[in-house]
Amino acid sequence: MTERQTPLLDELEKGPWPSFVKEIKKSRKNPMAEDLLGILERSYREKIGHWKHGGIVGVMGYGGGVIGRYTDIPEDFPNVAHFHTIRVNQPAGWFYTSDVLRKICDIWERRGSNITNMHGSTGDMVLLGTTTDQLEPIFSELTELGFDLGGSGSDLRTPSCCNGQARCEWACYDTMGACYAITQEYQDELHRPAFPYKYKNKFAGCPNDCVASVARSDLSIIGTWKDSIQIDQAAIKAHHSDINMVDDVTSRCPTGCMKWDGAKLSIDNANCVKCMHCINVLNRALAPGKERGATFLLGAKAPIVGGALLASVMVPFVPADEVVDTIKELNEAIWDDWGENGKNRERVGEYIQRIGMGNFLERIGLAPVPQMVIHPRTNPYIFFEASEEE
Amino acid sequence: MCADRKTDIGPPHHDKFLPPIIKNNYGKWKYHETPQRGVLLHVGEKGDKLWSVRAATARIASIETIRLFADIADKFSDGYLRWTSRNNVEFLITDESKVKPCIQKLEAEGYPVGGTGNGLTNIVHTQGWVHCHSAATDASGVVKALMDDLFPYYHDKELPGKVRIAFACCLNMCGAVHCSDIALLGVHRRLPAIKHDIIAKQCEIPSTVAACPTGAIRPKTVDGHQSVEVIEEQCMYCANCFTVCPAMTLNDPEMDGLSIWVGGKVSNARSEPMFSKLAIPYIPNEPPRWPTAVKAVRNIVETYAKGARKFERVGEWIERIGWPAFFDQTGIEFTKYHIDDFTHAGETFKRSAQLRH
Repeated sequence: MTERQTPLLDELEKGPWPSFVKEIKKSRKNPMAEDLLGILERSYREKIGHWKHGGIVGVMGYGGGVIGRYTDIPEDFPNVAHFHTIRVNQPAGWFYTSDVLRKICDIWERRGSNITNMHGSTGDMVLLGTTTDQLEPIFSELTELGFDLGGSGSDLRTPSCCNGQARCEWACYDTMGACYAITQEYQDELHRPAFPYKYKNKFAGCPNDCVASVARSDLSIIGTWKDSIQIDQAAIKAHHSDINMVDDVTSRCPTGCMKWDGAKLSIDNANCVKCMHCINVLNRALAPGKERGATFLLGAKAPIVGGALLASVMVPFVPADEVVDTIKELNEAIWDDWGENGKNRERVGEYIQRIGMGNFLERIGLAPVPQMVIHPRTNPYIFFEASEEE
Repeated sequence: MCADRKTDIGPPHHDKFLPPIIKNNYGKWKYHETPQRGVLLHVGEKGDKLWSVRAATARIASIETIRLFADIADKFSDGYLRWTSRNNVEFLITDESKVKPCIQKLEAEGYPVGGTGNGLTNIVHTQGWVHCHSAATDASGVVKALMDDLFPYYHDKELPGKVRIAFACCLNMCGAVHCSDIALLGVHRRLPAIKHDIIAKQCEIPSTVAACPTGAIRPKTVDGHQSVEVIEEQCMYCANCFTVCPAMTLNDPEMDGLSIWVGGKVSNARSEPMFSKLAIPYIPNEPPRWPTAVKAVRNIVETYAKGARKFERVGEWIERIGWPAFFDQTGIEFTKYHIDDFTHAGETFKRSAQLRH
């Protein structure tokens, strides 16, 4: 196959940042990659995409994990007429060995486009572009290697987590362990879409939230602690002499719960909201407390359909060793209610807005607590229940 | 179905891929520091040391590149590597003498090391014209052009705080860019073109009508075909209808483009998580290198770099100086499009006389 001319894309090989055009060109001995270059050059020239809606393709018995993709100009680019994406459920924390990566590459070289995303937005390893007849053989070879597909469509999307206790001193619970346990527990919900819309669990080890769980997951599990921040007073001077204790630390505390007297840092822990700033800055001297666990928040989503939402508090604190069981209890209570009563394409956050948080809490069996709100309602239009009438 | 067909096995357990030093120190790390940009040093309670060398990738990775990373891992990190939540790759090194050679090798191969601490890291982004049907713009190309321009802030130059840039090529926002310091979002600006002759065959009319957040779509018979109509003044080009119905297309070469949003965050450090807010409603698509968008983002980053205090995120800086000062200092025009008119619009109106004059 002769190499296509790509004058516009060639402009994106210049400059210090890694070039996606170089990545596709590295793969161009594969005819699919060659045609992908061609179709992309066409898009750059015409300022419009050339992909159609996904059709229903997949592996036997699964409803998710493969995104069907077809071009609208197959006559010009026959090698990407079918160009389906496979989502491969990543190992928790995105850890790999060279050995296993090579084996995945070998499968993809024989059966796909040679192009991947490391990783897609949900967290999966994305194998970008293959044909329908290759799906079953790829699936079979992946499972032989110990891998499985991730989620897509109206199902439990592939859970993802920060690297937690594997490589972070701030992780307040085992995010990778929890992510693995939940992924394994709900293989059916992950592979066979049966919900009103997508549903995500993300696991962050501390309130820094490196996986953006508060913005991106329906149920967000963020590590935190209950007791006092651990302080090593000597380490402040020994290791953080470059830090201005007032300008950089105490004055930045959102609740003003810290004092520095020139030699000693004191913290009014009852008023600490676990924001992490002081611990981030003085990481040799301060650490989260010892009574660790997680805060559970619910309802985040991007704009589609009814507007973007951040998650809000459901359970203020769950001890670390009860995190996995509590996720299961909450997930299942939510699926029982929203799964039954949610409208088509209504995320759980939107469902809550429609039926009311108070009603939702009753339905899933959670008691209302003041931590759930910024402040109580200001409007007097209260839906008193009939039974409370005198 | 074949008898030995494996299904529902889930991902492999991560233990298989963790280096011994991580297994030995799991949950027992004491602290970390950043000996140089792009390198994290984690120290365990018993003094074990792990260097993580972080390099940028394009997110799109050829198997040739993954094999290259595998070779680099074999040479410098006993075969162990991981990816971050923002498309960087990290090599997990236990022998300090291998850190510098690993960095040199990665940079020689075109994968620059950086992205830690106060500054920029990799941009999380979507598929764009590479692989998506609803993209209002490309993703990889804009990201490449932006990061080429802002490269020093990834590689060696510091900013007051962390700056997280995210890119989504339509309002579906795969990856959710709505809480980023700077977000670029592809937008449509033209009414859906309805293929009246095939819509009833391709789509369910009731679910297409129901997909519209503003109720702008009504069933209608057009030229004898069962179809729909769109009430023009109620359409905000969100493409929800296109998501459920391929016969209502919004992609348009001249009207599609980008919007820029600022001041979001997900971390709880100091301030609570915040949404990104509109800075620039529309910038046209300018492939291959989107110069107007690149210039606009650079302006925001540099104005922030000049005005923000240490550790302040973009949103915290703007909240301190006030939005009028943000528009004044960046020179960005404030228009009627900046004032919300959707469901929760009123919450963003200013309701006090506390103003800087």
